[in-house]
Amino acid sequence: MLQLNCPWCGPRDETEYHYGGQAHVPYPEDPSALSDAEWAEYLFVRDNPRGPYAERWSHSTGCRRWFNVVRDTASYEVLAVYTHADPRPVPGSTAGGSR
Amino acid sequence: MADLTMARRSPLAGLAREFMEKAVTGRRHVRLSEWRFTTMVSLRVDPGTDAAAALAQVLGTALPRVVGEVSSRGQHHVIWQGPDEWLVVSEESPDTLVPALAASVLDAHAAVVDVSANRTVLEVQGAAARAVLQKGCPLDLHPRAFGPGKAVTTTLARVPVLLWQVGPHGYRLLPRSSFADYVARWLLDATEEFASDFADDGTL
Ligand SMILES: [Zn+2]
Repeated sequence: MLQLNCPWCGPRDETEYHYGGQAHVPYPEDPSALSDAEWAEYLFVRDNPRGPYAERWSHSTGCRRWFNVVRDTASYEVLAVYTHADPRPVPGSTAGGSR
Repeated sequence: MADLTMARRSPLAGLAREFMEKAVTGRRHVRLSEWRFTTMVSLRVDPGTDAAAALAQVLGTALPRVVGEVSSRGQHHVIWQGPDEWLVVSEESPDTLVPALAASVLDAHAAVVDVSANRTVLEVQGAAARAVLQKGCPLDLHPRAFGPGKAVTTTLARVPVLLWQVGPHGYRLLPRSSFADYVARWLLDATEEFASDFADDGTL
């Protein structure tokens, strides 16, 4: 089981959280200008790296806030936890990581 | 107008008798009870604003700023729920408390909502209370990590509850009303084993 460090509540078991998929996927500037293929790409297609991956988590049974986690998909190591107000951690560094 | 509060039935009314009959006595005693019809008010406000200060003024106590904190004054307990969210648990009637809080923030960007029926309060009291809760709660409730006057939202028996420790051997659980029966029955089952004595005292 993962233990994630909620930016507001501190370390809690994974069972208190909900997973929200890849982080930093911007909403299209002008959705109506997109082709069906481009819209499908935005809705459904996500990166699937082996290694560090920025993803969204919600502390659903705690403070119910969303935040971001950089997690290594191979080792499950949590490399960084940060809020939407924090800068995105630089890839390759663990700046901002608390675990 | 008829006083409809006379017709109210609390979420755990049907288990009141079982709470009495299944109270565990002996050295590892523990019992359950329901604190019915408690007033609960949800507050949403930016903690740095005048509106937050106005709400604190009405309650007579500050809005706590850190997870786990409860600030209490008289009939009111203010529980931290998030960086801009609090739950007021009070013995004052919602008929007077909610309008007073709402009037204090007027048109400010804040929300004051009577959520009294959203949850009920289930009290777990006794020497074995912590050992019972620890069977189904992922949080560390040992005194090194938790204690009286602390409250957090977490899970018990896999369902969300607000867990509030009120004394060395006393806890209040605030499940949603629709989960209350399940949580109470899970606790009745979880307490049963503590009626027997073990060679090691059953201490943690
Ligand atoms: Zn949290």
